Amino acid sequence: MNEVLLEARAIDKRFGGVQALKDVSLTIRSGEIYGLIGPNGAGKTTLFNVFTGLYPRDGGEVLFCGMPLRLESPHQVAAAGIARTFQNIRLFGNMTALENVMVGRHVRTQAGVFGAMLRTRAERAEEAAIRRRADELLYYVGIADRADDLARHLSYGDQRRLEIARALATDPKLLALDEPAAGMNATETAALRALIEGLRRDGLTVLLIEHDVKLVLGLCDRVAVLDYGEKIAEDVPESVRANPKVIEAYLGASH
Amino acid sequence: MSAREKFGLALIAVALIALPFVLAAAGTAWVRITNFAVLFVLLSLGLNIVVGFAGLLDLGYVAFYAVGAYVYALLASPHFGLHLPFWVILPIGAAVACIAGVILGAPTLRLRGDYLAIVTLGFGEIVRIFMNNLSSPVNLTNGPKGINRIDSFQVGPINFAGSDTLAGLVFSGPIKYYYFLMLVLLAVIVINRRLQDSRIGRAWVAIREDEIAAKASGINTRNIKLLAFAMGASFGGIAGGMFAAMQTFVSPESFVLNESIMVLAMVVLGGMGNIWGVIAGAVLLSFVPELLRYTVEPAQMAVFGKLLIDPEVLRMLVFGLALVLTMRFRPAGLWPETRHRREMNENRA
Repeated sequence: MNEVLLEARAIDKRFGGVQALKDVSLTIRSGEIYGLIGPNGAGKTTLFNVFTGLYPRDGGEVLFCGMPLRLESPHQVAAAGIARTFQNIRLFGNMTALENVMVGRHVRTQAGVFGAMLRTRAERAEEAAIRRRADELLYYVGIADRADDLARHLSYGDQRRLEIARALATDPKLLALDEPAAGMNATETAALRALIEGLRRDGLTVLLIEHDVKLVLGLCDRVAVLDYGEKIAEDVPESVRANPKVIEAYLGASH
Repeated sequence: MSAREKFGLALIAVALIALPFVLAAAGTAWVRITNFAVLFVLLSLGLNIVVGFAGLLDLGYVAFYAVGAYVYALLASPHFGLHLPFWVILPIGAAVACIAGVILGAPTLRLRGDYLAIVTLGFGEIVRIFMNNLSSPVNLTNGPKGINRIDSFQVGPINFAGSDTLAGLVFSGPIKYYYFLMLVLLAVIVINRRLQDSRIGRAWVAIREDEIAAKASGINTRNIKLLAFAMGASFGGIAGGMFAAMQTFVSPESFVLNESIMVLAMVVLGGMGNIWGVIAGAVLLSFVPELLRYTVEPAQMAVFGKLLIDPEVLRMLVFGLALVLTMRFRPAGLWPETRHRREMNENRA
């Protein structure tokens, strides 16, 4: 059994009177693809936003690599090694694809204002390394030929890939994908699946939120199911599929 | 850079070096007008970092100009009896303006768009009102009367207030300031370009494009935004110091909201984010009103025999019309920002 990469303990999140997450605990192990599914409004994206520092949590704690994760600010989470994509793609539209990925290198580089103004040797070397790495990542996700196009001019599928490349540029230990297959046709979904499997082969741990249950159950090593902000199952896909509580959550009690 | 581009640049350089003497033939006033145009180019380039790169709408930019001007005035005038050399004061002015930039930036970090505009506008007014009222109990700024008899630049034996003759050419005060301004401008352009293509510059644009995605991509948006305010303010502070030296007089009246709006209009008209566009916008909006001043009056006298419309009124009318037309037909500015890797590569080589 692989070591634990991320452990969430009793996460609580309320929005006013609504309990969005209640006592959610889960464990993600190094090198696995961990799926997070659940009906609409179950709290999947909320949990995601808590993990990545976008929402403050109301209770519980997150351990990452055995250390408590500072969740005050998203950039600290990125620095710790969790990168994410967004359900509704959020790229820097008026920057080129290459520049988008170069922004992702920000957290792993350090040139400051004075280095840039004086264009020191160290700054030039770092800048060249950023560019090289960004080129590699564009090639890795398969959109190297679109490097010079503005992000907003890319096709939908390519934008999803670019967002993954930008996330990978932060050298994450855990890549969190928020519904990457949303709005994709069958061909694009198949290509995405191949990309995610490639990530696992290369040793990355992936947290996947997905509506496409078939994709999740086919791809993930383990799956957690959320319903009304509570975890109702966490297991290998075969067991989750047969779990009566899961079937009830998705199809209603009469089934 | 191709041979053709090099030739073009050399041609521009020669033209800019010869320019003040051509203008001086038409009257020293034109050299002064040009100097103020360059000053506004400096201000626009500073504001462009905040508004164009980082996308933070700042309506109080003139405050930093004022801070730079007053720092110069206080350290080089009989007011306190201090007469420090300009090359000491300009960096101090930039530093003080930089601190003022952080002071403005810190409480506005969570604000965007309209809300940020309102707070920065208020900040600009607060600074002006401070300058107006800090005459008692300790007379710091001399209130609305302003500070006069400010020192001109002095480099060795050369004083920028008077004329010198070299090789048969008369270098008047404004011509000397012109050359100094050009050096500062060159430095500011180089710094701006380098920042734009750097890790920090990309972070600024990323924040402008999508702040949440920028945070999630690991950018410490708080620090990077403060950096934008600080850098923009420093440029404003340097421009302010030069303004004080050129005018030899400062008063709060020079730093009203209108000036902030004027600089913002230059940035927007030229093309936010594009350095050359911003320069073009600043030059255009500085010269057109002056040209009007010199042409409208004689034209009316010739046609009607009397003055029907005051040039000053017409000036604001044309100004407003130009902005409305730009927003209608070229909303990204006359010369919008284009981000293209090939260009960037060439510049880097």
